Amino acid sequence: MATFLGINFFALFGQLLIGLINGSFYALLSLGLAIIFGLLRIINFAQGAMYMLGAFVALLGFKYMGMNYWVALLVVPIIVGLIGILIQRFLIRPIVNEDHLYSLLLTFGLALMIQGIFTHWFGSSGQSYPVPEALKGGMRLPFMYLPNYRAWIIVVSVLVCFSTWWMIEKTKLGVYLRAGTENPQLLQAFGINVPLIVTLTFGFGVGLAGFAGVMAAPVYSVSPDMGSNILIIVFAIVVIGGMGSIGGAILTGLGMGIVEGLTKYFYPEASATVIFLVMVIVLMIKPSGLFGKNA
Amino acid sequence: MQFQKKALSTFVTGIVVATMAATVASTASATTDGKVKIGVLADMGGTYADLCGPGCVTATRMAIEDFGGKALGKDIELISADSQLKPDIASSVARKWVENEGVDVIGGLVSSAVTGAVTQVTNSSKNITLITGSGSNAFTSSACSPYIAHWTYNVVALANGTVKPMVSEGKNKWFFITADYVFGHALEAASMKIIEANGGETVGTVRAPLGTTDFSSYVLQAQASGANVVALANAGNDTVNALSAAAEFGLTDYMDIAGLLVFTPNAQAMDPDTAQGMRLTTGFYWDMDEQTRAWSARFEALHGAIPSMSHAGAYSATMHYLKAVEAVGTDDSDAVMKQMKLTKPDDFFARNATLRADGRMEHDMLLVEIKKASERKSKNDIYNIVEVIPGNKAYNPMLPSCAF
Repeated sequence: MATFLGINFFALFGQLLIGLINGSFYALLSLGLAIIFGLLRIINFAQGAMYMLGAFVALLGFKYMGMNYWVALLVVPIIVGLIGILIQRFLIRPIVNEDHLYSLLLTFGLALMIQGIFTHWFGSSGQSYPVPEALKGGMRLPFMYLPNYRAWIIVVSVLVCFSTWWMIEKTKLGVYLRAGTENPQLLQAFGINVPLIVTLTFGFGVGLAGFAGVMAAPVYSVSPDMGSNILIIVFAIVVIGGMGSIGGAILTGLGMGIVEGLTKYFYPEASATVIFLVMVIVLMIKPSGLFGKNA
Repeated sequence: MQFQKKALSTFVTGIVVATMAATVASTASATTDGKVKIGVLADMGGTYADLCGPGCVTATRMAIEDFGGKALGKDIELISADSQLKPDIASSVARKWVENEGVDVIGGLVSSAVTGAVTQVTNSSKNITLITGSGSNAFTSSACSPYIAHWTYNVVALANGTVKPMVSEGKNKWFFITADYVFGHALEAASMKIIEANGGETVGTVRAPLGTTDFSSYVLQAQASGANVVALANAGNDTVNALSAAAEFGLTDYMDIAGLLVFTPNAQAMDPDTAQGMRLTTGFYWDMDEQTRAWSARFEALHGAIPSMSHAGAYSATMHYLKAVEAVGTDDSDAVMKQMKLTKPDDFFARNATLRADGRMEHDMLLVEIKKASERKSKNDIYNIVEVIPGNKAYNPMLPSCAF
């Protein structure tokens, strides 16, 4: 095993690449949360459950209807997004003007219920979802063996993250969206249906979680607690990145993947805590987050 | 921004809410002396819920019903609670049970960290624990007590069953991916001892936090270690995720994987193409013979899935306890435990069994091999039994200081 001074650079490159892969996955997950959290000011604790739901819908679709991975990648986010829209429309909207704590508790309760129901139906042990035929195998890099599916995760995550960022920051739709959160009354006065925009945005953010769930299904065991395991980490990433900053969430997701990857190499015992340590430090130095706008 | 500050404080409150333990509701009634009351403390909804959760309650209830539902002339009472896999919660439930609710014996018990906390309470209150889900061998060595009966399996039996034959076959360089808590450490230590004693060596270990989703980093470290066997000293979903990462990164092509603790639901969750041929040690397999199949069919009808070894162990331990209570005519822990150790457990689960003076239930263990997908007749048809390991070859020898 490489020690700190006699670092085996090949091994280190491998770990960095793994970190980047996990980071791009974190970025994808935090993106949906950052949109809901940053633009709609709803603290959605059910985002992890929606991620789990995405993986399960893909799995069940495959098992009972023969739905293949590529179809799942398109269909599942829409299904999960629609569920999100129903949740927003009928559960969150009535309490949207209350304190943020209400929506937090509501979504947290929902997450517990969804997870409980899935544990009851499918057990806690998890199930496996096959890697699609076209992405099986891998390539041998000089320093490690890179499975094709992991390379695919990086490509897709970066693509989805960038296009979402571009849509929100650079297009007219994004301008409406941001204006709608800054001053909904004024935007409404221009004849724009703000509640509809809010509902659709929520659905989009939740759909992204469903999408991440499908992406995760072939590599991680599909189990009811897969969402709750990862949710707190993703929340920490959004806080570190700065609330309301879409780009910040993406970059922080990538960065934290690398930080976690290096921790797994040098001191694995701390790998479950390191992200929270970074969060504490960032909050002490820059409470608005790395990319957040200062008050 | 005002919102950010507010959202941040809300967020922090949320974390507190999320980690706050729900208080456990109990269905207990008042205590009566001479009434047998059994408490099952298990993981009802967490990562080990399929191993010893609601199923351990079902198995215990089956034992009570098969026993006739009555002991010492009164109805046997069964209560259960969720340990949430948290030692502090488990020990406060145990304390409440034995101090205020007249619980005589606590069964179930999965996760060695939880069991360690509970036995501290029950040892001092002189209540019997029937450990059926946890694996640390500390309960019959460094933390032994006259009030513990450790059923089902332990880490030494797993290591003797799985590791020893592999080292003898020439697999002599081992790398460990270990769950970073009591159980994982104990399993790693027990296995290392056996590797060394048989002429092998451990070339590296890595400690992964419980509930790790992505094992690729550890798999890469294993790859670089020069080992010829990678041992997974973890359990539940951790094992399944570690194995799938190992397969994904091509590790399984030129290294052997030893899953040191695999329960049936985990074996079912593994991709058969990856897991086929993997050998592991278990305390029970439903499809061993007529007796196991008959009991398992009854269990499956009630529970909806085939029993894991903890479920079968929970039945066997409860039955043995109840027989002892009836034989001595009291629920006094000392008298009952003495009787339990005098008579040999004998049922579909406990074969050639004896409850040793240190509380270790020694019984035949099974070395099994995971079947190929093409050989499986149903989703429950997962193992070929390779060998029956006699209890005295599988378990750790008794320490003189623990011979109660």
